[in-house]
Amino acid sequence: MRNPVRTTITYVLLILLTVLVLTPLFWVVSASFKPSGEIFTYPPTFLPQDPTLENFTRLFQEMPIIQYVVNSTFLATSHTLLLLAIATMGGFAFAKYSFRGRGVLFAIVLASMMIPFHLVLVPLFTLLYQFGWLDTYQGVILPYLASSGFGVFLMRQFILGVPSDLLDAARIDGTSEFGIYWRVIIPAVKPAMGALSIFGFLGAWNEFLWPMIVLRDAAKYTLPLGLASLVGVYRQEYGMLMAGTLLSILPIMALFLAMQREFVQGITLGAVKE
Amino acid sequence: MKPRYAPYFFLAPFFALFGVFMVYPLFDSIRLSTYSVRGMRNQTFVGLENIERLIADPLFWTALWNTAYFAAGSLLLQLPVALALALLLSNARLKGRNLFRLSFFSPVLISGVFIAVIFYLLYDRRYGLVNRVLGSEIPWLQDPDLVMPALVLAGVWRWAGFNMVYFLAGLQSIRQELYEAAAVDGAGPWQSFVHVTIPALKPVIAFVVITSMIGSFQLFDLPYVLTEGGPGNASMTMVMYLYKHGFEFINLGYAATIGWALAVIIGVISIIQVRLFGVFREN
Repeated sequence: MRNPVRTTITYVLLILLTVLVLTPLFWVVSASFKPSGEIFTYPPTFLPQDPTLENFTRLFQEMPIIQYVVNSTFLATSHTLLLLAIATMGGFAFAKYSFRGRGVLFAIVLASMMIPFHLVLVPLFTLLYQFGWLDTYQGVILPYLASSGFGVFLMRQFILGVPSDLLDAARIDGTSEFGIYWRVIIPAVKPAMGALSIFGFLGAWNEFLWPMIVLRDAAKYTLPLGLASLVGVYRQEYGMLMAGTLLSILPIMALFLAMQREFVQGITLGAVKE
Repeated sequence: MKPRYAPYFFLAPFFALFGVFMVYPLFDSIRLSTYSVRGMRNQTFVGLENIERLIADPLFWTALWNTAYFAAGSLLLQLPVALALALLLSNARLKGRNLFRLSFFSPVLISGVFIAVIFYLLYDRRYGLVNRVLGSEIPWLQDPDLVMPALVLAGVWRWAGFNMVYFLAGLQSIRQELYEAAAVDGAGPWQSFVHVTIPALKPVIAFVVITSMIGSFQLFDLPYVLTEGGPGNASMTMVMYLYKHGFEFINLGYAATIGWALAVIIGVISIIQVRLFGVFREN
């Protein structure tokens, strides 16, 4: 960056691009506080001339958004915890034991990462119907976890780096195999688990198609489902839709700001995926 | 628990879920694709009829064309943008680097449903910001020729920051000596970009191209909420078409066939790309 012209151009471009990327988000915030008459003025105003909370009060009347936040949080958290358990246990087995069938089973895990989820959308639906699991949260969560091969693979890579001496020392002290998993492996791979949990949480929080297929009862809806159903009814009510969008993306944005490092790490972990 | 059984115990959760919710449905979807399934209890064996129907179905080809259009658009527009963002940010001494990176990355956090709602307002013919800035009244979402480009642009906004992170990670792993050596040989910025940066980034580019293609071919929530596949069927995608047959018309056999078509297309494209790049992840 010794060249001042180049530096200036870089900054100008970066600032322009940042404005371009953030403008749609700014527009959401601005439209959320505009009275409905103002959204439909021509030409559109950038800032609300007469800020109001009317969109939010209407939103709360039309849509149980708190309920949806609770549902989304519950679903994404359960998904993440189960993913962590499955991935660390599976990764531990592949990294630290030699057993009959290891090579074949590991190849299956790798192959599982290549199967597009949409291929099994229809048969999964009929399977859930037979189980009587339609419109249940386990029906949303468990089939999705069949795709945790990536997590197993990832945790194996990290657990390979845990010194086997630690495990043997624990065995000599009489620790059970599960005790080793819980007291030696888990503490050693905590940072990797942080990144994986971000990856899992974001995916489950934002997923739309699969929960839409499984869930029927509107009281069980997640945020994306709730807002999509609102769009179906109030296609022209921009102000209310924007207020709903704003409230729906705020929690994940806040989580992102609090855990930036893990977030970017979690996304980059995907570099070994697929 | 004996140590001998321990690994099987630890692997049981994954393989139980994988078997029940992936392997069994895979076989079942082969069976389903040879049946005409109208509702849960009305199934008749039809052999290859679904496949014949698919090949003769103009709407399937429309959906395939639209999906391929989106995938190609992402490849040609979104990836260069992502690489450019990464290059701009690659200098570690840049002030406010973290803030820029955060901004570019932020759309990735937002579910496709909300992105669709946001762009629904942005693209509005009369009251949208896009037309306001352009000083025009272009019917982005109502014109069959413009709706796919509009979706591609929304896709760029959504995913460029995501792929930027990979490119940035790739750029940071390039050794500085390579650039110094190129400079000694008299290479300018453009030459060192072509001869040092691009070759060193090849594995990352391969990864990003393949995952973007796979992701693009599964496009669903953006058009589903934004345009409902319209106008007409101008933005109908393959997964939307699958969804329509499976869960609106309850025509499960035909939907399973569309699913297989999708899987075959994704598989073929992935293989071609792996061959083209001649590299894939080692570990």
